[in-house]
Amino acid sequence: MTTTSVEKTRVVHSGRRFTSGDIACAEGALAAGCRFFAGYPITPATEIAEHMARRLPEIGGVYIQMEDEIASMAAVIGASYAGVKAMTATSGPGFSLMMENIGLALMTETPCVIVNVMRGGPSTGQPTMPGQQDVMQARWGSHGDYEIIALAPSSVQEMFDLTVGAFNLSEAYRVPVFVLADEIVGHMWERVTIPEAESIKIVNRKKPTVPPGNEFVPFKPEADLVPPMAVFGEGYHFHATGLTHDERGYPRTESAEAQTQLVQRLCDKIRKNKNRIIQVENTMLEDAEVAVVAYGIAARAALSAVRKARATGIKAGLLRPVTLWPFPEEQVAQLSMRVKAIVVPEMNCGQIVREVERAAKQTPVKFLPKLGEEPHKPDEIFDVIGEVQK
Amino acid sequence: MEKLPHPYEKFLRKDRIPHIWCEGCGNGIILNCFARALEELNIDVDKVVVVSGIGCIGRVSGYTNTDSFHTTHGRPIAFATGVKLANPELKVVVMSGDGDLFAIGGNHFIHAARRNLDIQVICANNFIYGMTGGQSGPTTPFDTWTTTTPYGNIEQAFNLVHLAAACGAVYVARWTTLHTRWLTESIKKALQKEGFSFIEVVSQCPELFGRYNRMETGIKMMQWFKEASEVQHFSDPAKAEITPNHIVVGEFIDIEKPSYGRLLREMKARVEEKK
Repeated sequence: MTTTSVEKTRVVHSGRRFTSGDIACAEGALAAGCRFFAGYPITPATEIAEHMARRLPEIGGVYIQMEDEIASMAAVIGASYAGVKAMTATSGPGFSLMMENIGLALMTETPCVIVNVMRGGPSTGQPTMPGQQDVMQARWGSHGDYEIIALAPSSVQEMFDLTVGAFNLSEAYRVPVFVLADEIVGHMWERVTIPEAESIKIVNRKKPTVPPGNEFVPFKPEADLVPPMAVFGEGYHFHATGLTHDERGYPRTESAEAQTQLVQRLCDKIRKNKNRIIQVENTMLEDAEVAVVAYGIAARAALSAVRKARATGIKAGLLRPVTLWPFPEEQVAQLSMRVKAIVVPEMNCGQIVREVERAAKQTPVKFLPKLGEEPHKPDEIFDVIGEVQK
Repeated sequence: MEKLPHPYEKFLRKDRIPHIWCEGCGNGIILNCFARALEELNIDVDKVVVVSGIGCIGRVSGYTNTDSFHTTHGRPIAFATGVKLANPELKVVVMSGDGDLFAIGGNHFIHAARRNLDIQVICANNFIYGMTGGQSGPTTPFDTWTTTTPYGNIEQAFNLVHLAAACGAVYVARWTTLHTRWLTESIKKALQKEGFSFIEVVSQCPELFGRYNRMETGIKMMQWFKEASEVQHFSDPAKAEITPNHIVVGEFIDIEKPSYGRLLREMKARVEEKK
């Protein structure tokens, strides 16, 4: 083996493995090129930190346990601005603390990945129990207007794949990207296939095309609305701030025009690229009369329910948003015109169902809440499919 | 007559001047001493990153002609931690205020000092929250007046040099904005030091702290610094008081201790060897 391939083998543990969602997530991050992790212990995401603490020093990266999640998120932004792909992992209470600097990452267009292995909330809630209760917080949790990207893995394999995908999206759009997992997906052990390093698609941020000097305008977007990114130490002497700023990065705190231009672009760079960002999985939807819309662990029970419905002659199908934000509104709207009813099982008191209702307009939407220890049972979903099909 | 450029002009973003600081403010003096230190050490400014938080001095990162980042309130040290660990070649300087670093950001300060992270922290201590109009803060002296202590301050103030020393900083100094040569020398020392260094600069805010405490101009506040200051090098930082009659200044700590960066490098080398 050549040195490079030895190096790649050290970074990417290719092959079939039996592992947990949290560990697969950490391995996905490393494969994506992540070399910096700052975090704070929290159930049920701690295993990601523990795995990174062991693995990062092996491959030239840095793991640091910060004093809290506020600091973790700040350090991640700092590392990203120093040119290193960076991440953190947490759960609800830590996610709340991170919201402040997630806003800073949005405003300063910092590529970074935040994994939230969701547990039961509010507050300290149920640390070792699953939940899908932070979906709206992921969308709206930091103050001000913005668009964000959030991905929802529903298997250990996807903890690997979507963490790679999250880094790629964050680098492409200079935006913090969330992996919204849940406790079951995080702690579950399953077989995973980790591809060869060469076959993993890696996206890196756009670099400035001009050398240091006056021509470089640090926040001037290109056609895709994303500005190329200079990093510290390259000689560009650029300034970045959480204040509203112009394309030079300079504060513009009293200009309505600057506020409109910046905030609108931050939203538009996601909205106008949503067809490139959004990923959904359609199962048996071609002739479906009843559709289930489910994500994360709830989608696994939903798939069983759909299969059982098909076996009993009900034309049911599953739309699984892999991308929760931006929400696949058009996909749900189109689906709603073809089906009699939509069933939405979620491990919360009703969050994504609101988006589904908004997109589905006239089509009836039946919501199935679930709180606590267990995910939905396939039969609970199957029974509702039967009811709404009538 | 040909206009000569100011010798430290190159350290400033000229298109950002005039700055937003008030007449008589001490922040310009601190920035000047920082520029002088960079010049005298002949540091490669391409490798300097200035990080600041929120507040009047927080705007300093926008004025320095280096890579710079203006973080959220209280978080410059946490941000700087990520920068320094991701690229140890960079010289990461945090310049921020007393409220930013020791109220909302106090936790980050004590832990960065405990880790002996290789960064330099310069705190402009003006005793109040200036940007929001002069409210009391963690360093407001006992029995002084601010907009939120209209009956006199009944809280005890942090002794910043004592705090920094107790948390493990390898270099700790305090000066006032009157002590520009000492301050410049301290910044130079800090920039060359391995590990966490801390410099407190007692600075004047005549507009807000001064006016409420019978020192309504920059000159009057600096007269207080002149009359009250006493240099007590390497005296007990626990006893380094700031009172109306006595401001203890000087270098308090200058020790050698392996920095976080060094220990991290050594740990990585050990891991590498095992593989």
